[in-house]
Amino acid sequence: MQFGIFSVGDVTTDPTTGRTPTEHERIKAMVEIALKAEEVGLDVFATGEHHNPPFVPSSPTTLLGYIAAKTERIVLSTATTLITTNDPVKIAEDYASLQHLADGRVDLMMGRGNTGPVYPWFGYDIREGIPMALEHYNLLHRLWREDVVNWEGKFRTPLQGFTATPRPLDGIPPFVWHGSIRSPEIAEQAAYYGDGFFHNNIFWPATHTKKLISLYRRRYEHYGHGKAEQAIVGLGGQVFMRKNSQDAVKEFRPYFDHAPVYGGGPSLEEFTRETPLTVGSPQQVIDRTLTFREMFGDYQRQLFLMDHAGLPLKTVLEQLDLLGEEVVPVLRKEFAAGRPAHVPDAPVHASMLAARRAGDHDQDTEVRA
Amino acid sequence: MSVRRIVTVSAGLSTPSSSRLLADRLTAATERSLGDRGIRARVRTVELRDLAHDVMNAMVTQVPTGELPGVLSDLAEADGVIAVTPVFNASYSGLFKSFFDVVDQGALDAVPVLVGATGGSPRHSLVLEHALRPLFSYSRALVVPTGVYAASEDWGADDEGARELNERIERAGRQLALLAADHERSGRDPYDEPVAFEDLMSGLGT
Repeated sequence: MQFGIFSVGDVTTDPTTGRTPTEHERIKAMVEIALKAEEVGLDVFATGEHHNPPFVPSSPTTLLGYIAAKTERIVLSTATTLITTNDPVKIAEDYASLQHLADGRVDLMMGRGNTGPVYPWFGYDIREGIPMALEHYNLLHRLWREDVVNWEGKFRTPLQGFTATPRPLDGIPPFVWHGSIRSPEIAEQAAYYGDGFFHNNIFWPATHTKKLISLYRRRYEHYGHGKAEQAIVGLGGQVFMRKNSQDAVKEFRPYFDHAPVYGGGPSLEEFTRETPLTVGSPQQVIDRTLTFREMFGDYQRQLFLMDHAGLPLKTVLEQLDLLGEEVVPVLRKEFAAGRPAHVPDAPVHASMLAARRAGDHDQDTEVRA
Repeated sequence: MSVRRIVTVSAGLSTPSSSRLLADRLTAATERSLGDRGIRARVRTVELRDLAHDVMNAMVTQVPTGELPGVLSDLAEADGVIAVTPVFNASYSGLFKSFFDVVDQGALDAVPVLVGATGGSPRHSLVLEHALRPLFSYSRALVVPTGVYAASEDWGADDEGARELNERIERAGRQLALLAADHERSGRDPYDEPVAFEDLMSGLGT
């Protein structure tokens, strides 16, 4: 099971000091957070993609390429890559390049993006978000698997005799997750391809999340990729910790009350009751996260949102220390206990390469026999 | 005996409110008329005041809190809806509008809706036609022809005035019952029965 963090990349005023970081500070902070994630033993760092203030990550492969050069082990991912308004040809090129530079430590999470004006800024219509996500991804899927592509569709100019370069590392495309919080079409899409499905459940009650994940698991089996319980599921989470849970609540409350996404809405107490947000001791975070498995089955990737709402970098780094030292080691042990042997880990480059070599070997054996 | 699910929504703020009084009478008229057809009504009456904080939570964060998710799922399964609001500043109340703003798009598609409103004077009665009816037309609901408006003075009217309001209530309830009796939810839950991938891709480049 993989544990990691995902960052929205928001530039938000710290409500306790009134100080707003500069874009430069925020971008450098994201790098420092990613390096810290590797240092404390996490498996994944994922960045959002936004094309409007107050967010800084408009160019994810630039950021991830820089982080790749400064890390050794951590998987670099996105949360999410806009499969709607980005040209799939450019996604194919950018992420294949990143994959080579990072020696395979790359995957992506596709998302549609819910910022209305971004669609017209890139020449598209938000009402066509689903068909665009379907068509664009279908093209991306082919570009990474077929050396020469002839293609014609609805949302992009046709391609004749087109080869996306560089070709994926070792001929193995980056693993893809599809992120959606409410669209059955996207769960169906993920299931069709046998890709991963990520539900960013941080704003949703478990009953809703469960409906979408069950749909994905059922359809994954329907399309012949394996049993429902072998489908590749990822979940979000959101935590703030101190050794003493009262200290955590006291320190986090002003950030919660003023956060752009939930300020003025439910109280911290209501929000922690109805959604996965956990504010308390590391043990409370462990207990809460373990309930996800009870609700959604054994899963493959758990990403936490740690750096948002104006939390200062120093605090975020302290949070990552707690996550890496006190929470994740226990979660690894607990999640491994009772996990059926046939439930796979999330595919990474090395495992996909090994699987292909094993497959080649099997074929050789058959030919010789 | 077959059953139809009726959800009655009242946006009145006082206890008791005249919106709730009107809502209860519209509900009773609908139940009677369904009963005449051999149909039992299963009614859920919702006071929006009790949901006010949850409606605002849903509006600013999209997180459904408290009783709201249960009410929304009942509404999504209703065979008929009775919606009554007080008139505030020449229109439905903000709470009434906010509630219907957080109802899922499509939840009222082809659902019979009976609209009612209450106000201090009869001069606002056209609020039914210029505010409520367009709101539910936008939701693709089937708004029954008779809407019912009750002014303060109606609650103390003489026999003649009371009879007029009563007749209107009975007629509206009959119209809602007529449509609710024939109402069938499509029954297809997109999370249980998704559109298959090849149908999703129809007309798109592959």
